[in-house]
Amino acid sequence: MRALLTALGSGLLFGIGLCVSGMTDPANIIAFLDVSGRWSPNLAGVMLGAVAVHFSWLRWVARRKSALDVNAPESVRSIQPGVSAKRVDGALIGGAALFGIGWGLSGYCPGPAIVALGSGAFGAIVFVLAMAAGMVLNQGARWTIKRSGKGSMLVR
Amino acid sequence: MLLALIGGVLIGLSASLYWSLNGRIAGISGIFGGAILDFGRKRWERVLFLLGMFAAGLAFARFTTRVPAPTLPLLPLALAGLLVGFGTRLGSGCTSGHGVCGLSRLSPRSLVAVVIFMITGALTVFVVRHVLGLWGPA
Repeated sequence: MRALLTALGSGLLFGIGLCVSGMTDPANIIAFLDVSGRWSPNLAGVMLGAVAVHFSWLRWVARRKSALDVNAPESVRSIQPGVSAKRVDGALIGGAALFGIGWGLSGYCPGPAIVALGSGAFGAIVFVLAMAAGMVLNQGARWTIKRSGKGSMLVR
Repeated sequence: MLLALIGGVLIGLSASLYWSLNGRIAGISGIFGGAILDFGRKRWERVLFLLGMFAAGLAFARFTTRVPAPTLPLLPLALAGLLVGFGTRLGSGCTSGHGVCGLSRLSPRSLVAVVIFMITGALTVFVVRHVLGLWGPA
C-alpha cells in the first residue's frame, strides 16, 4: 500500500516538473533539437537540474547505504550508482536512433506525452496509443524471434 | 531558463524518491511498457506512477489557457508514436531513463543512447522543418 502511494507521489512530482519546465509543449522540444533554427537551450536546463539533483542524491545514498529508511527494499541498498551490467550493443544504438526520429518528428517523448494526455491534448491520445502499439509490436517481434530460435539484436 | 531548471530539479527529486522509496528507476518508457506488457507484482506501482503524471497534466490544464499540442497531422503523429514505442523498448529507455537516471549513474550505455537520440532527433527536425519545410516554421 505504501509503495503505491509513493509511486503516485513520485509520478505527480515528475509530471509537475515537466509542466513547470514547459517540456509538455512539443514546440519547446523541437526548438531544442532545431540547432540550425531558433535554438532554445531549455531542455538542456531541465536535464542539468534533474541530473544534478539525482546524481547528488545517489552519491549521498551510496554513502549512507540505507537510503531514507532501514526497511527500504534490498535493491535500494545493494545497487550502487555507476554500475551498469550490459554492454553497448546494436539494440541500444538502433533503439535510441528510432526513438530519436519519432521524438524529432513529434516533439513528444513518453513522459510529456502522458502528462499531455492528462491535459486533454487530442494529439497526445493518438501519440500514446501509437506508442503502446509500438511497444506491443516490439514485444511481438521478440517472441517471434525467440520461438524461431535464431539470434537477433532484438533478443539478447 | 529558470523555470526549466526548477522543473528539472523537481524531476530529479521525483527520480530520487522513486528510487529510494520504491527501489525503481524512473524511466517513463520502462514504466509505461511495464504497465501494459508486464503483469507482475510491480504493475500497480507503475500504473499509479503514470496516474500521478496524468493528474499533474490534468491540474496544469486548469491553470493555463492554452493546452500545448503537436503541430503535425495525425498520421505522421501516429508514426512518431510507433517509432518512440518500438525504439524505447529496443533501446531500453528514453529521455528520462537514459537521460536523467542513466546519466546520473554515469552509465556508459545511457550516454551512448542520449548522444544517438539527440543526433537523430536533431537530424529529423532539420530534414522535416527545414529541408522539406513541413508543419510550420519551428
